[in-house]
Amino acid sequence: MPYEYLDDIATADVAFKVWADSLEDLFQQAAEAMMKVIVERMDRVDAKEEREIVLEDDSQEMLLFQFLQEFIYYKDAENLILKLSSIHLEHKGDVYGLKGILAGEVLDPQRHRFQVDIKAVTIHQFYLRQTDHGWECLVVVDV
Amino acid sequence: MSISKQLKRISETVWEIPQDFSPGMRVPGRILATERIIQGMEDAVVKQVSNVAKLPGIVDYAYCMPDGHWGYGFPIGGVAAMDTGDGVISPGGIGFDINCGMRLVVTNLTWDETKPSLKMLVDQLFKKVPSGVGGEGFVKISKNEFRKVVERGARWCVDQGYGWQEDLERTEECGCMRGAKSADVSEKALNRGFKQIGTLGSGNHYLEIQVAKPENIYDQELARAFGITVPNQVVVMFHCGSRGFGHQVATDYLQTLLKVMKSKYHLPIHDRELSCAPFQSPEGKAYFSAMKCAVNMAFANRQVILHRIREVFAEVFGRSAQDLGMHQVYDVAHNIAKIERHQVDGQERELLVHRKGATRAFGPGMAGLPEKYQKTGQPVIIGGSMETGSYLLAGVNSGSKTFYSTAHGSGRVMSRSKARKIFNGKTLLKELRDRGIYINTASYSGLAEEAGAAYKNIDDVTEATELAGLSKRVARFVPVGNIKG
Repeated sequence: MPYEYLDDIATADVAFKVWADSLEDLFQQAAEAMMKVIVERMDRVDAKEEREIVLEDDSQEMLLFQFLQEFIYYKDAENLILKLSSIHLEHKGDVYGLKGILAGEVLDPQRHRFQVDIKAVTIHQFYLRQTDHGWECLVVVDV
Repeated sequence: MSISKQLKRISETVWEIPQDFSPGMRVPGRILATERIIQGMEDAVVKQVSNVAKLPGIVDYAYCMPDGHWGYGFPIGGVAAMDTGDGVISPGGIGFDINCGMRLVVTNLTWDETKPSLKMLVDQLFKKVPSGVGGEGFVKISKNEFRKVVERGARWCVDQGYGWQEDLERTEECGCMRGAKSADVSEKALNRGFKQIGTLGSGNHYLEIQVAKPENIYDQELARAFGITVPNQVVVMFHCGSRGFGHQVATDYLQTLLKVMKSKYHLPIHDRELSCAPFQSPEGKAYFSAMKCAVNMAFANRQVILHRIREVFAEVFGRSAQDLGMHQVYDVAHNIAKIERHQVDGQERELLVHRKGATRAFGPGMAGLPEKYQKTGQPVIIGGSMETGSYLLAGVNSGSKTFYSTAHGSGRVMSRSKARKIFNGKTLLKELRDRGIYINTASYSGLAEEAGAAYKNIDDVTEATELAGLSKRVARFVPVGNIKG
């Protein structure tokens, strides 16, 4: 599995680690791992609505942080459960940019099997790093 | 693994983290707890209290309440007072769910009178107080009107007819922190929150129908003064906060302050979740104002929920809420920072008191308490797990040692995924119904995560607050009906 939930990092909350060959894949898997905390059946989320996101930051790590927050934002602002549909990452000068399309639908608590809400993506032990095998990140979310 | 070896025992209930425990500590730390609680406390609490003790402007001690456990930045149960002149403000000392808090309302009904209608009450409350994700509150307002809500708090609700005037007096800060400017919150925060007034949320948030059994009254006189007057009286308690609005405010400013902390203010970063800025800086002032907006949103949220509870009871019993004696006892915040005046080394000082997973517990006679509670001290509401019960306590004069702060709840001891592996939501729901606790939930797996065994013993926590002189037990309530978000 490209991600794993970790029990011993945050007793009251949820932590997960993600591994991927490319940075693009890592962003995708991290978003999925996070949204699966909210609904059990991400596989039943259909791409009925799209939202475009454009982000930039001076570090890749904080770009991932911002990226994950977008999903939490749309969950509250529009009740949308979204997946990453496409992503383009770029590096211009000192700035890391991201353009992405998020796709999904309005939450159906029964069909999607609602589990628990996420209040926020935290920065506790949060990291994104390149390894010998690709990319790795650790995320803790406050539920 | 016990943390007691790292601590210096000062008295039966005071455990000190010496200032030389970690370089950079400006004051020592103090954990208020019984030996039994200390034995079960995580190592991380000591480290986190020591980090808090490094924050600029901190006075006296960095405190941790008996229900202390690991949190983001501050431990849950963390209390720290900063000098308002040269101290900092830290979102990590307040929490992501700004003004997460508790509200308690009494009825004049007994359990015998309520029992036949319990299922109907719980099912109606479940319908009228949306929980989980995506539940929109019944207050339909524009984003512009929502700006007024976050600036005026529960007052806005009472003006709209969602509550009684007396509710405001019985709410910390009278339901509105002054100086909240909606210009200091992001569009994103407004978008996340404006449809959520009157919603419970998820996780450990709940709404409970409880019974005050005669054998669970610790202090008859105080109980009477707080409105617990009949044997087996039915009360309603609920736990929730500022919803997506507050979460976004916290997230926004965590990043804003992190950006300026080192570059602009040359403050060392010991833990990124402890980002902070000088209280008097533009960023610190903006966060304090935005925090107040979130505090007010939470007061408004709980005010509207109270209104809905009164509606449901009136409908089910065919009597008005007034006739059912549905008076609010009190509403307390347990994730907040406030300017207060306290004695430090014999001198009165103006301080910014951060309470994160800690409840203000003003003693008798203190300014800020309504006339009704001047003699009794402030009512303190502490929620337990959905299986074990909750408490009503009172503030005491000996609370001065922790800036009049006490515990807020029981605190988890088991991770959510472990609880899910051990407990099955549907089975648990059935077992609890067999034991006389009728539950309705937005999520079965979420229910399993909130199983009683996942929490510390609430009786131990409240007893410790009394032994440590932080607050006094008044009554313990047992749950009979629960709506779990």
